[in-house]
Amino acid sequence: MIENLRLRAAQNLGPLLAFGLFVLLYCFYSVLHPKGFTVDLFVQNSNETLTLVLLGMAQTLPVLLAGIDLSVGPLMTLVDSIASEVVHGSPAEIVFGILLCVFCGLVGGAINGIIVVYGRLQPIVVTLATGAVFSGIALFIRPTPGGEVDGDLSWVATNALSELPATYGWWGGNPPAWFNAISGIPMPIVLLVAVVVFIWLPFKNSETGRAVYAVGSNEAAAYMSGVRVNRAKLAAYTLGGVFAGLAGLYFAVQTGSGNADPIQAGTYTLNSIAAVVIGGTSMLGGSGGAIATIFGVFVLRSITFCFRVVDSDSAIGFLANPLLQPMFEGIILLLAVCIGAARVFRVKNRLNLFQ
Amino acid sequence: MAMAENPISTAIRSIDRPVLFAAAFIVVILIVGTAYTLITQGNAALLSPTYLLLQLKVSAFLGIVAAGAMLVILLGHIDLSVPWTIAASAMLATAWGGAGAIPVGLLVGLGVGVFNGLGVAFLRIPSMIFTLGVNVVLRGFMVMLTGGFSPSSEPTDLMLLLAKGDVLGIPIPVIIWAVVGIAVSFMLRRTPLGRYMYAIGNREGAVYLSGINTRLVLVAAFAMCSMLAALAGLLIAGYSSKAFQAMGDPYLLPSIAAVVIGGTNILGGSGKLSGTVMGTILIVLLQSVLSVMQMPEAGRQIIYGIVIIAMLLAYGRGSRLRL
Repeated sequence: MIENLRLRAAQNLGPLLAFGLFVLLYCFYSVLHPKGFTVDLFVQNSNETLTLVLLGMAQTLPVLLAGIDLSVGPLMTLVDSIASEVVHGSPAEIVFGILLCVFCGLVGGAINGIIVVYGRLQPIVVTLATGAVFSGIALFIRPTPGGEVDGDLSWVATNALSELPATYGWWGGNPPAWFNAISGIPMPIVLLVAVVVFIWLPFKNSETGRAVYAVGSNEAAAYMSGVRVNRAKLAAYTLGGVFAGLAGLYFAVQTGSGNADPIQAGTYTLNSIAAVVIGGTSMLGGSGGAIATIFGVFVLRSITFCFRVVDSDSAIGFLANPLLQPMFEGIILLLAVCIGAARVFRVKNRLNLFQ
Repeated sequence: MAMAENPISTAIRSIDRPVLFAAAFIVVILIVGTAYTLITQGNAALLSPTYLLLQLKVSAFLGIVAAGAMLVILLGHIDLSVPWTIAASAMLATAWGGAGAIPVGLLVGLGVGVFNGLGVAFLRIPSMIFTLGVNVVLRGFMVMLTGGFSPSSEPTDLMLLLAKGDVLGIPIPVIIWAVVGIAVSFMLRRTPLGRYMYAIGNREGAVYLSGINTRLVLVAAFAMCSMLAALAGLLIAGYSSKAFQAMGDPYLLPSIAAVVIGGTNILGGSGKLSGTVMGTILIVLLQSVLSVMQMPEAGRQIIYGIVIIAMLLAYGRGSRLRL
């Protein structure tokens, strides 16, 4: 039992490190923040985090295959633009709009997968090109920022759980006791847990999910063991597209409008890669996972949050200088990825470095 | 009796397929564009020497960046710090001013490149991640330097001359691009360093076992890549008469696209500079002709993406997994 735990800890060293760093940074932030440890602050922070969390999960799947997806940001803005056109009107129209958005994400991811698998091209180049196409379509749909997203939906999705019955008038304004106990949980957290429990965990534990890990570790060995390599790759890219679609949908719901800015798309793509790495998923494939990435995003965001609360008169007051913050964010990012360099000093045979 | 080998077909066969495909596609772009201008305006403005020379001049900036990117890609790595290497070198050079501007800009490039190389070669951090981090740090560094006050962003006279002048009707950036191209090509084909680069791209472990210090080769490649990006930054600042923060952003992805369209394997180990040059011209010309045809930005992006995939499907496919 203990042996088993130790093995699991050793295998998940990266994610555990990210989790520890997050707890440390977020506690530091909450203690210094005047509204620390209140529902309001949790709601605000989780709103700022969920889009990148979903996008990081989208990036995780191709990285598990030792690939990369440079089109997650553009696909997100594409779905964001579509959502600003379809997610309003009658309840039936809203539900249809949401399903359409997720479906568009799925199709985008499937196109990446089909070109990578049957075109036999490198994922980095394929997604570079499909990213340009997605950006172009997004600009067609939404040449200028704007559009409309259902107001009630925006309100519910960006507040505490208690607003859900209040907005839609469930239980006649008199929710049962069990609901009051959990009504302080921010809606983004509820959505994230739902995505993890109903999409990620079933996928990871399915035959195809295990195949994704196997292909990422060693494609040739997986092939020889009878793993369906092509099916695993197609599934991973498609599911990545679904996550990117969900990120775009939430982004539209959160901002109440659509924006097809290609520069914003690029920034989100780069941040998603950074989150995957900080979470401890290996760029060489085969280890890590979406839950690790969630903590990677939490660490990234906590760093930004911490800069907001540093007192400019204290010993570390220079951190509060807004002109210095971008550089410190960069340096912390660089240091975080340098932790991965520890293996250079552990490795017994130098030949193992060249991979 | 065997037919004597036709000299023309021999010459064609010695050019590799990516270059041939890219050249053919460039001709197609020109034909379509000319047909469009003939119908709408009644002239063949796209075939005029002025237009073609201007396109060559614009290509020179991207071409210099792409030549550097290719060196790193040949090793199986990638440099994502190019955008802010371009911007940082140009901004620091213009802030320095005077005769020292150009050396300062190039030194910035050298510094960034060596730093990238050390991280990738000695710490063995995946280049995609490390250079991404360096890009963010450079951006933060420049925000710190230029946020509180604004140093001069005016290029020096020499930078203006290099970017805008011409010799015997040929723009100077094109001449610089040609010199860079010949130098890089010579280095890749005729020097041991160039051969090591191809070898490392194929299997670094084997090169290491042959007694070559592969880490120094990696550092050298990253240094050359960043110095070429810095050189391009100086020229772009001269061309647009200003050094500004976002000036490097439009060069990262097109330079990678130019390299892979030119037939360089993104995993490293094979590729020719001639291909990268053709890829650069193709991308610049495609964007330019589409804007002449008044295609909106959205349509240009879509066509650009489809062209990259179509070109690669034609000749860049990997081998099927067989054991």
